[in-house]
Amino acid sequence: MPNTKELAHREELHKRFTGAHALCAGCGAPICVRTILNAIEEPVVVINATGCLEVATTRYPTTAWNIPWIHVAFENAAAVASGVETAYRVLRRRGKISQEIRFVAFGGDGGTYDIGLQALSGALERGHRFIYVCYDNEAYMNTGNQRSGATPFAAQTSTAPVGEKSFGKPQRRKDLTEIVAAHHIPYVAQASISDWYDLARKARKAAAVDGPAFLNVLSTCPRGWGHPTDQSVKIARLAVETCYWPLYEIIEGRWVLNYIPEEKLPITEWLRPQKRFAHLFEPQNRELLRQIQQQVDEEWEKLLRKCERYEAL
Amino acid sequence: MRVAAEQQLSLITGAEAAAHAMRQIDPDVVPVYPITPQTPIIETFAQFVSDGLCHTEIINVESEHSAMSAAVGASCAGSRVITATSSQGLALMLEIVYIAASMRCPIVIAVGSRALSGPINIHCDHSDSMMARDAGCVQLFAENAQEAYDLMLIAQRLAEDHRVLVPVMVMQDGFTITHSAEPVALLPDEVVKEFVGEYEPLYPLLDVDHPTTQGPFALPDYYFELKRQQADALDAARSVWLELQEEFAALSGRRYHGFFEAYKLSDAEYVLVILSSTAGTAKVTIDRLRRKGVKVGLLRPWVFRPFPAHEIAQALAGKRAVAVLDRAISLGSWGPLYLEISAALGRYLPKRPMLYNYIYGLGGRDTPPELLASVVTDMQNEVDPTVLRYLGLRE
Ligand SMILES: Cc1ncc(C[n+]2csc(CCOP(=O)(O)OP(=O)(O)O)c2C)c(N)n1
Ligand code: SF4
Ligand SMILES: [Mg+2]
Repeated sequence: MPNTKELAHREELHKRFTGAHALCAGCGAPICVRTILNAIEEPVVVINATGCLEVATTRYPTTAWNIPWIHVAFENAAAVASGVETAYRVLRRRGKISQEIRFVAFGGDGGTYDIGLQALSGALERGHRFIYVCYDNEAYMNTGNQRSGATPFAAQTSTAPVGEKSFGKPQRRKDLTEIVAAHHIPYVAQASISDWYDLARKARKAAAVDGPAFLNVLSTCPRGWGHPTDQSVKIARLAVETCYWPLYEIIEGRWVLNYIPEEKLPITEWLRPQKRFAHLFEPQNRELLRQIQQQVDEEWEKLLRKCERYEAL
Repeated sequence: MRVAAEQQLSLITGAEAAAHAMRQIDPDVVPVYPITPQTPIIETFAQFVSDGLCHTEIINVESEHSAMSAAVGASCAGSRVITATSSQGLALMLEIVYIAASMRCPIVIAVGSRALSGPINIHCDHSDSMMARDAGCVQLFAENAQEAYDLMLIAQRLAEDHRVLVPVMVMQDGFTITHSAEPVALLPDEVVKEFVGEYEPLYPLLDVDHPTTQGPFALPDYYFELKRQQADALDAARSVWLELQEEFAALSGRRYHGFFEAYKLSDAEYVLVILSSTAGTAKVTIDRLRRKGVKVGLLRPWVFRPFPAHEIAQALAGKRAVAVLDRAISLGSWGPLYLEISAALGRYLPKRPMLYNYIYGLGGRDTPPELLASVVTDMQNEVDPTVLRYLGLRE
């Protein structure tokens, strides 16, 4: 596994993803993309779902991608990847291609938890050799911060706004990492843009398995979450330190925990700096804060029970 | 001049004929999902692959939406791709069919024509392919199993010609053709192999040494020009189709002359215009009426997209009356084939024949010769042409 210097050097040698894009300052998506692409040594072909990452990086006739890249629609990145990967296998068999190539699909939470879940499930079940990366910014950001299946309980979004009769999203987020794990694929992991070494190492592992791999990466959105653009990494880090977003991996069905905070921070540390949770700090919503803390505690306990070992990095 | 190849007659269904064409083409990737009446195409083909008769990778996807998505991925990657579907399957694919056309993917799509829901119905009409008429694909309609086979082979060349590079849909009527056995002349495998040749992709995604960005975001400053290029590609398909006919006729002895079949058309006063298998019934009807001295003929387009407007208008010039029979309806308007022909006649002919539109056979409703004969009687009686008529409907 390369260290920081080597990753940076690799990026200098061959910028797979360049700065020529229109993603907002402080956006987590490019951090996620760069870290993963720099960690993989083999040539990479990227498949991208519709969403902020796609829209902001390929405004015709310009592109931020120096490696092969394809986008078809919002809900089908995994299906497109199935086709690309199958074509690769046939063309290799027929002697038309000789290189080892890795396939990485990037989809937002909307394109993965919601509209693209069926295509993802099908591709995982069929066993295509590709890495699916969900850069999870917890809402439909490209279209203006509408709620998704990944939006946390009680968060404010444009389609679950706070009002006299609403405290934001009334439902809990679904646990996509666990849903993916139920497909019995060789490698599943949860990571965060705040922990680049952990993410890079997971990308490397994902690239090495002979079958589907899935990375669910918490990725900040200063516009939707409502925090200063220079606080992104810190805020993503708070999600890990509060155990809201634990770092773990599932290798051939075995759960491995990658990080246990020395001191588990209260959930309010993660919520407070984000405007989407501002209403929770009004006195009448104290009960909601308690519920959220309880949810996080329960999920963390559940995760600890599932993990067979602890392997810090 | 090349002599037509020796061909064996096999008693097979239209679905099997399409599957044989696929076996001989031996595409790289075939992503598919079952739906009646298309399913026997992919089942027959899957057996060919299992028996080692061709080397395709079938992807048994979890939906038609993913079938077309995988097809686009595989095609952009640089491989040769065929898929097949019907009705709801095509409807589910449609979002991606438009994108396949815009990404200039030469995917061949075999369609077993079937009515669209609702109510759900498994039988033939053309509402599925007509729904896709504006997607940017070439659309070919087969009358019988032989044509279903031939058009699949021609489709592959047409799609992959660098002047065209769009998907080609090959329609055969559900059940009437897909499930009915007829004698079909199959070309020898080597002859097909030589005819279709190797696919040469222009910008394969898998060329990692020459990276391409495919499927970017285009704003008002470029989108319009890209659409114009697609219109040009379909225009180019006209001449490529004509070139391929010459080549295919030399190989097979079967000639798809021009864009449509003209049956007893030249001296006809009354004309039926009809797509696909019902044309067989129309020919029987026409023969009967001709024996009674009625000068009636048939115009049956093979090519619906690009629409051969000028050629059809010329062929219909000077006719007394023309009845266009549509096996689909643009609800709130008239039949899609009629609308095309009406526009063509208006555009190219100073004096139009009387023009009628009949909707027939929706949801698999049978259309026997007597019904088609009644259309000719209507034309002879000069019934009101401003009324949309329904054939074989209980009012
Ligand atoms: C079939 C379809 N439905 C809706 C849209 C509109 N749409 C485009 S991107 C998007 C949201 C993307 O959200 P996500 O996947 O979370 O990515 P993000 O923009 O947050 O990075 C939506 C709703 C679309 N393009 N296609
Ligand atoms: S809206 Fe959010 S996700 Fe989209 S580019 Fe801006 S910061 Fe990134
Ligand atoms: Mg999102």
